Amino acid sequence: MNKKYYGKLIFELSRPGRQGYYLSKNGCDDALDSLPANLLRENAPELPEVDEPSVVRHYNNMSDNNFGVDTGFYPLGSCTMKYNPKINEEMASLPAFSILHPFQPSATVQGALEAYYELQKMLSEIGGMAEFTLNPYAGAHGELTGLMVIRAYHESRGDLKRTKVIVPDSAHGTNPASAAVAGLKVVEVKSLADGTVDVEALRALLDDTVAAVMMTNPNTVGIFEHNIPEIAEIVHECGALLYYDGANLNPLLGVARPGDMGFDVMHINLHKTFSTPHGGGGPGAGPVGVRAGLEKFLPNPRVVRRQPGGGDALFELDFGTEKGPNALGRISAWLGNFAVELKALAYILSLGADGLKMAGPLATLNANYVKECLRDLYLLPIDRVCKHEFVFDGLADKSTGVTTLNVAKRLLDYGFHAPTIYFPLLFHESLMIEPTETESKETLDEFIGVMREIAREAAEDPETVKAAPLETPIRKPDDTAAALNPVVTYAEL
Amino acid sequence: MVHRYFPHTSADIAEMLKRCGMESLDDLYSDVPDSLKLKRNYDLKPQMSEKVVRDFFEELAVKNQPLTCFAGAGFYDHYSPAVVQSILSRSEFLTAYTPYQPEISQGTLQYIFEYQSMMTQLTGMEVSNASMYDGTTAVAEAMLMAVAHARKRNRVLVSATVNPIYREVIDTYAHYHGVTVDTIPEKDGVTDVAVMEEMLNAGDVAGVIVATPNYYGILEDYTGFADKIHAAKALLIMTAPASALGVIRTPGEWGADIAAGEAQSLGMPLNFGGPYLGYMCCSKALIRKLPGRIVGATTDADGRRVFVLTLQAREQHIRRDKATSNICSNQGLMALYAAVYLSLMGAKGLREVNEISAAGAHYLAKRLVETGAFELKYPDKPFLNEFTVKFRGEVKLIDFMEVCTSCGCLPGVMLADDELLVCVTETRTREEIDRYIWRAETFSKATLPSFAENKNIND
Repeated sequence: MNKKYYGKLIFELSRPGRQGYYLSKNGCDDALDSLPANLLRENAPELPEVDEPSVVRHYNNMSDNNFGVDTGFYPLGSCTMKYNPKINEEMASLPAFSILHPFQPSATVQGALEAYYELQKMLSEIGGMAEFTLNPYAGAHGELTGLMVIRAYHESRGDLKRTKVIVPDSAHGTNPASAAVAGLKVVEVKSLADGTVDVEALRALLDDTVAAVMMTNPNTVGIFEHNIPEIAEIVHECGALLYYDGANLNPLLGVARPGDMGFDVMHINLHKTFSTPHGGGGPGAGPVGVRAGLEKFLPNPRVVRRQPGGGDALFELDFGTEKGPNALGRISAWLGNFAVELKALAYILSLGADGLKMAGPLATLNANYVKECLRDLYLLPIDRVCKHEFVFDGLADKSTGVTTLNVAKRLLDYGFHAPTIYFPLLFHESLMIEPTETESKETLDEFIGVMREIAREAAEDPETVKAAPLETPIRKPDDTAAALNPVVTYAEL
Repeated sequence: MVHRYFPHTSADIAEMLKRCGMESLDDLYSDVPDSLKLKRNYDLKPQMSEKVVRDFFEELAVKNQPLTCFAGAGFYDHYSPAVVQSILSRSEFLTAYTPYQPEISQGTLQYIFEYQSMMTQLTGMEVSNASMYDGTTAVAEAMLMAVAHARKRNRVLVSATVNPIYREVIDTYAHYHGVTVDTIPEKDGVTDVAVMEEMLNAGDVAGVIVATPNYYGILEDYTGFADKIHAAKALLIMTAPASALGVIRTPGEWGADIAAGEAQSLGMPLNFGGPYLGYMCCSKALIRKLPGRIVGATTDADGRRVFVLTLQAREQHIRRDKATSNICSNQGLMALYAAVYLSLMGAKGLREVNEISAAGAHYLAKRLVETGAFELKYPDKPFLNEFTVKFRGEVKLIDFMEVCTSCGCLPGVMLADDELLVCVTETRTREEIDRYIWRAETFSKATLPSFAENKNIND
């Protein structure tokens, strides 16, 4: 990362007459001129005119002001910022996949359909589910799809009064938001002091108006919900389904499966657990899995495998031809972010059963190690073995006035990405750390050393920490001004 | 075991466990009930070397057949500049998270700002968000936005000329969100405006969704639509492939309130359905109803112009179930794709893309009709680079399609047993177009010539 701010916009490099492309012509007569003028735009869009080398340099300079996993340690809680293997990218860009039009006949895309089917089966094995759809585009889209599956299930039984979803107060914000988009009312259930769901409080909320209970396990505090068998039992007793938010699946790789815990529907973030890059906020992928009996509620299209007469396997797109009132229909144009799916497939193949088995425990080891090495200087509100992540409630010494935000910004000066801050909402000064399994002990020791140094600075020189960041390309942008008078395009500048 | 992605040595593991007061990795899971533990390996193959992974994908790859693409139907085979992929593979962009820490995320924030600026130029709208997943979900979210804006009215009208795949996604979202969706019928391939007016008169309509060009490739004349829709206090939502917006009349010029759709046509690889890029633009008055991320300009402590995520009070991580949408990430890297593509092409390049595509499409349409194998379904309607034909050959259209496929060509998307939606982009050469015409002449006859004689005409 370059600490000098670049800051130019491509529009500012534009000069009339420059161009960054050349197109071959097909020799056919112009047709645009013959179209009615009122169907064409009056003025050309104001787009930059830039030559190719300048475009390349512009975006490379811009990228130098960005921090990625390949740049350094990215302990962003609940985001699982693990290493993104390079072979994944190579496989996903193979022309034999990337040039396929989604409307190509099945016979001409057998390899692509097989890749989808194989990944679907692998995720089913890892999740302990009967079948996955890979169609949802992101984690939140997976949640929405999963909740629609649950509603379709209840509708199919003529059970129309189930309009509520119960989510823990520690849930990711997407859980209640997805429930609202799916037309469901959200009811929060309290957490106990140890961060787990209060089973008695949950029991009191369960009745025949509850469609589903959404859980993350381990939860957003990084604690395994050890009461999950009992929770599954009471949820099922009341006729609701149990939804697994797979954002925190990583520590369970090789150890335990949501399907075996009693979850009925789950989503997986391929961009977290299965190493596909976050891309600055997408494209992700949020496959949804269901237990046996719920497959028919999965969205269209599905990829099915047939083996006519015991011959070669044949893969087809199934659009649910007998589209009854229970069928979910479509939630995406096609089969989701297909190229992202190829990356996850390459990852699972690269790790294999033996590699995956180590990923969860090593992620958990890294988190516990960091926690134990810092707990004397940072307030640990929940003192238990954690899973992939844990939460500090800010610095242990509150007398300095140094906040979690200050600590986070000071970390940037030392060359680390900040942890997730002010989430979960259970604590005032949440500082949520998730190291992932791809970080070495040396990196963790360096991070621990810096965190300890910041705690020392907070005690001895609090003003420096409060002034942070001091060495980043830009410093303390004015968020209030940005929101008061939104300037969101170059034309408005 | 050792794996190349895991840095831990046995000594590291032992030392770290000791620091945690534990003896084995199993101790880290002492809180997981024994009955829940998986006491076997996953039923998956053991780890593979890169070579074996490559072989695995190559084996799948040969089962795909590349086809010269005359199919569109919302997904277009445009030229992808080499520069774009090169920039997208910059790890600082590729391996970053959502730009929550603006001090070390100016790269991401700046390109999103550029993207927003470019999309507002293309759509003729005032503001844009940082992107949506794809065109179908963008339009579905636009519908939810219209319903949220209208408060009590929750009926949405969708023209029959909107892409049926979009309609299916709209219907799914609507069903669960409690929105009523009704179809405005089509008349001779375009939205029946008289019926739309009647439907608006009911007074309960929150929004109207139309497409340009429409599903059949027709450039509909939406003169007067905005006034009629606004008179009914509803919002006009318009969808268009982003590339075409370089030349066609924009949603902004038609008076739309929301422009939402698919930006894959900005040179993005077809990738068998994704990742693509949804766009969502609207009037400034509606900005606080927009779903997803928005990047805004501001100044930093040293007075420099910098960029931040803004208006976050609309979003799920703040508002939870009261948020404008559940969308969390946007389609980040694909927004970068669009920004770099449009930087290279500029307005002039985008115009050329459309000129060449339209020229090829009009040439192909004319010649296909001349073969006698096809006739235009809507001969009086203007189109850009996609058109609907009726098959008049002696064989069945499906048989013609199969012959073409075996020659390495995808002639279009079948809309009915005898109807084909055909698209030409700037990537189709004159030779490829002429071979298509030759096939229409030859393979539409009852007696097909043998393939052996015609090897040279394969794509």
